[in-house]
Amino acid sequence: MKGLPVLSLLLWMCAVYFVGIYLFVGGFLLVRLEVNRTSTCGDVLQPGEEPVDFCRVQPRFRRAVLLIIDALKIDFAWFDPNNTAPRPYENKLPVLEETVSSRPSHSRLYPFRADPPTTTMQRIKGFTTGSLPTFVDVGNNFASSAILEDNLIHQFGQVGKRVVFMGDDTWENLFPKKFHRSLPFPSFNVKDLHTVDNGILQHLYTTMVGDDWDVLVAHFLGVDHCGHRFGPDHPAMADKLTQMDGVIRSVIDRLHNDTLLVVMGDHGMTDTGDHGGESQKETDAAIFLYSPSPLFPGPPSQSEPDVVPQTDLVPTLALLLGVPIPYSSVGQVLLPLFPPHGQTEGAVGRLSQLEALWINAKQVNRFLETYSGMAKDIPPESLSQLKRQFSRLSSEYLSSVRAGRSPSPQLAASLQAYLTSVRDTCRATWARFNPLKMVVGLAILAFACLTCFVLSELSPALIRENAPGLTAPLVVALAAGACAAACQLLARGYVEVAWCLAAAALSSELLFLWRARRRGGTAAAVVPTDKNGSKAPKRAAWLTPCRLLIPPLLVPLLRCASLLSDSYVIAEGRAVTFLVFSLALYIPVHLNWDGLLLPPIHDPLKAAGFLPPAAPSPSTVRRESGVLLACLGLLVGSLYLSLSFHACREEQGSCQPSPFLSPLSRLQDSQLKNLHYVLSVFSLGLWTYLLRRCLRHYGNLNSSGGTAFAAHWVLPLLSVCLALHWAVSATPDDSFRNLAELIGLAQLALPRAAFCLVALGLSLIWLDPLTVFVKTRGRAGRGRASPLPPPSYRASTGISPQAELHHLIPQIYQRMRRSMDDGGGELSGAGEVDSSPAVKAYGLGTVYSAPLLLFCGLLGIGLLLLHPEGMALSFLLLLLEMGALLHIHASSTNLSSLHGTYSGGFNVPWTPVVLWSLAATQFFHATGHLPTFPSIQWGAAFVGFPDGHTGTLLPASLVTLNTFASHILFAAGCPLLLFWPLVCEVRGSRGARACGEEGEDAVMEMRLRENPQQFSSALLQLSTRYLFLLGAQVFASVCAAAILRRHLMVWKVFAPKLMFEASGFLVSSVSLLIGVSLVLRVDVAVGRWFKRLVPDASR
Amino acid sequence: MWDHEIRAMASTHAIIAASVFMATVIPAALVPGFSVYGTHLLWLYSVSGAVTAVSVAVFWLLGITPPTKKHTVGFKLSRLFRSCLYFFLSCLFFHTVVVLYGAPLIESALETFSLAVLLTSLTTLRCLCVLGPNVQAWIRVFSRHGAMSVWDTCLQITVACTVVGAWVGAFPIPLDWDRPWQVWPVSCSLGAMIGFLTGLVAAPAWIHYHRKHLTYKCK
Ligand SMILES: [Zn+2]
Ligand SMILES: [Zn+2]
Repeated sequence: MKGLPVLSLLLWMCAVYFVGIYLFVGGFLLVRLEVNRTSTCGDVLQPGEEPVDFCRVQPRFRRAVLLIIDALKIDFAWFDPNNTAPRPYENKLPVLEETVSSRPSHSRLYPFRADPPTTTMQRIKGFTTGSLPTFVDVGNNFASSAILEDNLIHQFGQVGKRVVFMGDDTWENLFPKKFHRSLPFPSFNVKDLHTVDNGILQHLYTTMVGDDWDVLVAHFLGVDHCGHRFGPDHPAMADKLTQMDGVIRSVIDRLHNDTLLVVMGDHGMTDTGDHGGESQKETDAAIFLYSPSPLFPGPPSQSEPDVVPQTDLVPTLALLLGVPIPYSSVGQVLLPLFPPHGQTEGAVGRLSQLEALWINAKQVNRFLETYSGMAKDIPPESLSQLKRQFSRLSSEYLSSVRAGRSPSPQLAASLQAYLTSVRDTCRATWARFNPLKMVVGLAILAFACLTCFVLSELSPALIRENAPGLTAPLVVALAAGACAAACQLLARGYVEVAWCLAAAALSSELLFLWRARRRGGTAAAVVPTDKNGSKAPKRAAWLTPCRLLIPPLLVPLLRCASLLSDSYVIAEGRAVTFLVFSLALYIPVHLNWDGLLLPPIHDPLKAAGFLPPAAPSPSTVRRESGVLLACLGLLVGSLYLSLSFHACREEQGSCQPSPFLSPLSRLQDSQLKNLHYVLSVFSLGLWTYLLRRCLRHYGNLNSSGGTAFAAHWVLPLLSVCLALHWAVSATPDDSFRNLAELIGLAQLALPRAAFCLVALGLSLIWLDPLTVFVKTRGRAGRGRASPLPPPSYRASTGISPQAELHHLIPQIYQRMRRSMDDGGGELSGAGEVDSSPAVKAYGLGTVYSAPLLLFCGLLGIGLLLLHPEGMALSFLLLLLEMGALLHIHASSTNLSSLHGTYSGGFNVPWTPVVLWSLAATQFFHATGHLPTFPSIQWGAAFVGFPDGHTGTLLPASLVTLNTFASHILFAAGCPLLLFWPLVCEVRGSRGARACGEEGEDAVMEMRLRENPQQFSSALLQLSTRYLFLLGAQVFASVCAAAILRRHLMVWKVFAPKLMFEASGFLVSSVSLLIGVSLVLRVDVAVGRWFKRLVPDASR
Repeated sequence: MWDHEIRAMASTHAIIAASVFMATVIPAALVPGFSVYGTHLLWLYSVSGAVTAVSVAVFWLLGITPPTKKHTVGFKLSRLFRSCLYFFLSCLFFHTVVVLYGAPLIESALETFSLAVLLTSLTTLRCLCVLGPNVQAWIRVFSRHGAMSVWDTCLQITVACTVVGAWVGAFPIPLDWDRPWQVWPVSCSLGAMIGFLTGLVAAPAWIHYHRKHLTYKCK
């Protein structure tokens, strides 16, 4: 067994995948840190004058009305009187143009440019915080989407302004309890054009007439929904826009003199009515400003801005309404709204342009200083340049104000330039997809999948050649990485690690593929040729379409294709179950097609030569088929039952989440609670019993090593611990008042004890994985030439001797003894040989699978601890399905080998691997998880830590373990697929082929030791196949995110799916590596054990 | 000899396809408001009835069914009874499989069962006609070397096409297009029907083009 090449190849493969994911995610998911500081009234001090409380001064406007018309594109707002045949969306808002031309000093219409991502939620965040929200605002907790950054609504509340809100209920989630009054309406149903708008209109006018508001926010959704449903070029859009025209007219009629009206869109839309991306059609919305009292100094002049960035609304509104600018705003005030210097009456309420700019610049500079102290993502050289610029402007302004002379007009321009450059720097950092990184990440992932596939097909050749051929790719990778670093240093002066990694990964992949292509020809010739030599394909036959388009590979293809459709991602749980079921049904159908399911009919007409020399007995075949069909039934049953443990996405309308998902303590009905508890404990008990039963059956519990100890003591103790923990946590707080302290202690101690037990068990398995019980007994001497004695058995496992006949491996001893006799006999002398002890080894046949099985079992209970109690049933189903899959795989292998048609060595075919990987996704859903952020089970972080944590590492890892429990279990248990056909091997199936006269014996997993090379190659192939399937899914979701960048659902469905798929891959690959290295660890231990058993003399 | 059989098969298939067509058209003329989507169950039963009747008649006339050793009335009756029983059991079997595939258990049980009836009349009925009520023979036919005659090969192809059609028909159901044919079980029964018709066309064609390579133990 060559452990090192296998592990190094797998590590290299994983690393390449990680680099690809890292690059793509780095280019696609814009990340920004949130600054959780708020501005206060004291921050806004006028320089050079006596301190004035900014918030107490009479502001320019007392009240404001914000009409937000979702997706109000600038094209909708223009009015062209010469257009005689307007399209449905053109010329439908004449009120804007009429007002602007008839009252030029009261109103303006500007294009209003949003920053990507142009989705409603991010935009609302944008024009309330003045920042550039990205998809991932670190610091924001995923569970609730409430805005934690400083924002306008918060500031209004601080100074006592009453904010009344009506419309899109996204606001209610973003600003919970911040409104004086709110009338949210559901925004989810895109097909519903009128509910939100009509709801607003019912209350808008009555509210405006009343006097219990200062700021009124109304968010209309009809235009956006109409775009999504019909596109802009549709009569329905004309109706909707005409309705909005009427709304704006009515609102203008009801305005008071002290009120400012802002009509704006949050983003535009493409020609198909979608948005989310960064094309100009999506970013350019409209903004219309109006007040009954004069708002602008005069009609539009030359210095008017062409386009108003969305961030600029925040400081403008803040200063006009007399509140401090929110802390993290990077916008600049809209200058035309402020009178030029010298024309003011000096009151703070009537800030001049320069004063407004100065307040604004000071706030932006303060934010920049705070942010650069927290995060390092703004390039340092531009940061220092901005700082120099501000200090120069600051000293100039202050000196001129102190001296009492009016500052030069150039100062305003340079302040403006400073604000613009800050915003541009921030935008370059946060609000831009990096298409190059995305493309490179995609390419690396695509090549990684290809490499993984090639690796899995070439693994026998690679292992045989004794060199994994990894040295050259690694050297090239290092060289390429260094080259990329040097080039960057020369060209830009600093090094971005991502590009070095990308260069390294790509070059090593390409080199590997190139060498594999060359090797393909030679490898195919060395492929284990059968007796008839028919299996010697000329060249790289593993890439022909007809070998790729087999059902087991078609299913993962369908699965990957389904990730490109939002409907299928939403219905993923059921879709995956469907696929698993289909592929499982395919197994018996395929076996029957090959004539392997039924005993061959002894047809007299058939030539005897057709039949394999050792025709299997019909009863054996029937029994194997029976096992296969029974396990298929079990699989189907657990598949069907697992459907009832799913949670619900908000997109699934009529869906009831599983009742098992809520913790027991939340159940009110005590009888139901008891029932659930009994069910959970029963499942837990069955889980433990089944594991122990399996280990005992194969004689692994007789030894006295660490693993057996874990199975004997740790496993049951852990279950008891868990059951007690559930009981304690389910007790209502008020039922045992005098025991409250004890209960509190138990809630802390029991889960922690369980964690410790899991850790103890796992480390015991790792340290002493051997489960072999050696029985030594003196025996009467026998001559060397005498035939081997018939093996004798002693029942010590408590099962029938018949079963032991299968599972105890005295033959190993005999073979060893014979080798001693042959090799060492001359050296040691006849007498010693005769008196050599008879050795019996119990559990040697499952020496590899037993520790792995126990490892998974213990890990499973540990992961169950992090779930709600009801999930115990689902975990039991998981175990049953795992067992069913293993047995189906074993039986179908046995059936093939019984008929003498199996020629794959130990290789695991695609079908079981695909089923295994799909089952991982299936149980991700069946343990109540969903690929959405609100569905993350945060409760897992508090198991055993009811008072919370101090750090973030521990809770994060607990939540990760909870979320990816099924990924972990299936990936760690993946090598079981390799062992199980050997564990369940039928006498006379492989034996006849493998070892001649001794073929009648069941040697089970010792075959692996006999063929270390085949063992390594099969292990490598299995793990690369699993990695390929996982990687293909990641690649598909990456493609979905890249292609559907501006899909309506990208931030709701595809981007979360990508994050979950990527982290699932990360966790799975690490678990897979753990599983594989456990196998290698066992192999080392077995090697040592043999060495100890066979005296040195015999070597 | 083969050309004769292929021609017979092609004409049989033409008759069956015509019956499917008539079963769709005639009720449309007779029943007001009949449509494949709207009154789906009616269409479904009319098609399965037509296919059942026509297949039984045609195969009986052709005499494909394996010859029986006994010709007593009692034996024939028991054979008929067993055929009916198998038909019903097959309906139950398909119903179970479809439910396991994720069809609602209780809500639309009638729709699911109707789909099972359609699938039975497209697949099991053909097995009954060609092989008689003999499950072992059915299982034997669906293996690589199991076909004993041209009709067996034809059976393999049509049954596989029908089942795959029904399977593929389930794919559009989760999509949010809100089309009338996405309603359960319209897409599946349409898929099965299309698959069946494809099989009817494909089977004679495939056999015709592969007639050089086809060897059967008997016949
Ligand atoms: Zn929007
Ligand atoms: Zn929208």
